[in-house]
Amino acid sequence: MRAFVTALAAWVFAVLPALAEVKIQEVTSPGGIRAWLVEDHSIPFTALEIRFRGGTSLDAPGKRGSVHLMTALLEEGAGDLDAQAFARALESLAASFRFGSSDDAVSVSARFLTENRDDVIDLLRTTLHRPRFDQDAIDRVRAQVISSIRFDAKNPDAIAGNTFAAMVYGDHPYATDGKGTEQSVAALTRDDIVAAHRGVFARDRLYVGAAGDIAPQELGRILDRLFAELPEAGAPMPPKADVKIDGGVTVVEFDTPQSVALFGQPGIERHDPDFFAAYVMNQILGGGSFESRLMQEVREKRGLTYGVYSYLMPKDLAALYMGRVASANDRIAEAIKVIHAEWQRMATEGVTEEELKNAKTYLTGAYPLRFDGNSRIASILVGMQLDDLPIDYVATRNDRINAVTLEDVNRVARRLLKPDKLHFVVVGRPQGLASTGTN
Amino acid sequence: MIWKFALGAALAVLALPVAAEGIDDKVTDFTLDNGMQVVVVEDHRAPVVQQMVWYRAGSADEPVGSSGVAHFLEHLLFKGTDTMAPGEFSATVAANGGQDNAFTSYDYTAYFQRIAADRLELVMKMEADRMVNLRLSQDDIVTERNVILEERNQRTENNPRALFNEQMNAVQYLNHRYGVPVIGWKHEMETLDLEDALNFYRTHYAPNNAILVVSGDVDPHQVRALAEKYYGVIPANPNLPERLRSQEPPQIAARRLTFKDPRVAQPYVSRSYLAPERDPGAQEKAAALYLLSELLGGGSTSYLADRLQFQEQVAVYTGAFYNGLSLDDTTFDFVIVPHQGVGLQEAEAALDRALADFMREGVDQEMLDRIKLQLRAAEIYALDNVDGIANRYGRALTSGLTIADVKAWPGILQSITPDQIMAAAREVLRPEASVTGWLMRDAEQKTKEEVTQ
Repeated sequence: MRAFVTALAAWVFAVLPALAEVKIQEVTSPGGIRAWLVEDHSIPFTALEIRFRGGTSLDAPGKRGSVHLMTALLEEGAGDLDAQAFARALESLAASFRFGSSDDAVSVSARFLTENRDDVIDLLRTTLHRPRFDQDAIDRVRAQVISSIRFDAKNPDAIAGNTFAAMVYGDHPYATDGKGTEQSVAALTRDDIVAAHRGVFARDRLYVGAAGDIAPQELGRILDRLFAELPEAGAPMPPKADVKIDGGVTVVEFDTPQSVALFGQPGIERHDPDFFAAYVMNQILGGGSFESRLMQEVREKRGLTYGVYSYLMPKDLAALYMGRVASANDRIAEAIKVIHAEWQRMATEGVTEEELKNAKTYLTGAYPLRFDGNSRIASILVGMQLDDLPIDYVATRNDRINAVTLEDVNRVARRLLKPDKLHFVVVGRPQGLASTGTN
Repeated sequence: MIWKFALGAALAVLALPVAAEGIDDKVTDFTLDNGMQVVVVEDHRAPVVQQMVWYRAGSADEPVGSSGVAHFLEHLLFKGTDTMAPGEFSATVAANGGQDNAFTSYDYTAYFQRIAADRLELVMKMEADRMVNLRLSQDDIVTERNVILEERNQRTENNPRALFNEQMNAVQYLNHRYGVPVIGWKHEMETLDLEDALNFYRTHYAPNNAILVVSGDVDPHQVRALAEKYYGVIPANPNLPERLRSQEPPQIAARRLTFKDPRVAQPYVSRSYLAPERDPGAQEKAAALYLLSELLGGGSTSYLADRLQFQEQVAVYTGAFYNGLSLDDTTFDFVIVPHQGVGLQEAEAALDRALADFMREGVDQEMLDRIKLQLRAAEIYALDNVDGIANRYGRALTSGLTIADVKAWPGILQSITPDQIMAAAREVLRPEASVTGWLMRDAEQKTKEEVTQ
């Protein structure tokens, strides 16, 4: 059986040429707005992914939560349409708009049929340019946001995430939840929302990806219709964050049967020459598949958890290397011990040729699986632009993975992994664990 | 005012077909000689394939006292067979650049792999192997039992809303196995052993109790040839049991429960009614109930949202839910999350008043037209996700429906009249056939918070 498997692994490269068929075009509108496009006319609809860099980190001082609340209000009325008329109009067009905000970007995802595309684009244009921000809508959505902040206060994962961020990022916007606090959200006024809108929507931070039933010229026309009148510049981007992590454990007491642990240490930038080596190394250490060392050691061998994983988190203004595990209160200490030991083992011993080969075949083979549908493709296109990747990246990405050598992985493991900087935030009633001190 | 125009024009202009034709063109089905049903969903846009094998066996088919064994067995299928070492299945899929997983529900257990299209034969060979050749050791049992207990911790014990839902179901189903959680009651999970797992495996895992659904860049003839080679050679199980479950008696008394937990951040009211499911050849009532759920609680334009979130402003969220894909009686559910300062009693009363008014006022034709339009569009968007179509077939065929029923469903939804919707509403939304649950913070917590606010 083993021989059979190895023989199959040898023809894995047969998958790759097909990937080159994902043909990405750069479209520049008459008005000078750029977008990336994958044309596919087999289904009569288009997915449009729009990002404005900056996200909730653009909140003005004392106005935490304003970008988040503003984004949530975009679907609550625009132009002549109040919230419900807006929702009915969108339904009648059989289109969908989704608005979201994260630490690094505000996102707008639109999906619309070919046959009434112009009507949908008109509505989206009004949404972006003339949102109403009616006071009753502000109050209604504010109540939903506060409800969600209270929910997070009782949710072990949210508690762990917020505790970790506060510990790591000092006074940078990343240090607090972009939703804001009950107090900061309660104090936001319509003027604050309008100011947040002005700060976010500008051409100097705009990225667009499109996929589906649309020709480049049509897309160009739409880009101008949607964005030509946006102001050139928005709110200033915050500076890079100083990441401060000391190794150890922080216990947040919370009465629940299973402890949730978020762990992390300083990470690696997306454009670091060793990023691909680090990415492959993480795949082997804790990359989320059953084959990772963490999954094998913590779950498969010891049954200590349902899931454990680690991930590189290169954000725009800071880079972390993070992971998560959850185990019953009387077993979490052992899970953490095993994870720490694996971190140490990877740092000192590196990986084997066999592990490297398996990780590469998995990563290169799984890559084409991501391009499954217009919405996914549009997201990938906009993500590539935010990451400042070249337009031929899709065709070369697997070559970059395959170019990673054993020496590369082991060098980056020694350089990146800092077991003495690895900090665990544990939310629960963990037995045999106590906080190691302040960070 | 161009929006008024767009709005008016859109309804007239969007002449969307009942778009199932588009999906039906992609679907082929056949049955192997041993009774294994096969569905192929073609999509040649990317060189990717997904194989799914669905067993007509879920937690509602478990023996009394072994709750969770269907899901436990699902985990154990990733251990070894006669020819594969423990873990080798997933390792092989990963080494070929693929992804695999599995899931269990009340009426089915399903296994799937997503992988490059030229690897279909490999995963089919392995999936057919573990249908009948599973080999388990005592070590597998002990370790994996700890894993599913941690899974229960993660999904349920750590989540007061999940614990509350579990109690709601237990109260809703007096006599049917749907009242027992899929993952199992903790005290029974702790006793699951090798024999429990193997008994369930031997009873239910056979080609004549399975459905193969292959979606992606494949040719149906090629799928048939491979399926015959790997699954076709496995003999049918002549002793396959009928899926006879004890059914619910008519509900004649309203039931109530209160669940208190200090971890509750946002109290709310949940309401369920026992409701008929989609039946083969008779899906009209279920279609009416689905449209009813959309009319009442399908989003910010729905009846309950308009009334309780926008007009009365007593709720931050309302919803209505109906899932007709179920072998036996399903539920029609409501949730209302009250505004700060509005009590659960008040919220429940507001919900009941709104429902009573809806029953008097009847269906808003314009709202129904919008919902039907959205459903027609959804069939076009669905073409972008063949794995979703594969799921649709797998769930339907394990819930007692036929391929013809799946194909007929979009058309039936379009055919339903306001009268049919109101008749279904009167039949299902009866106070004496309801379960009402309050999820609350415990009293101590409440006092403490009131002091700090």
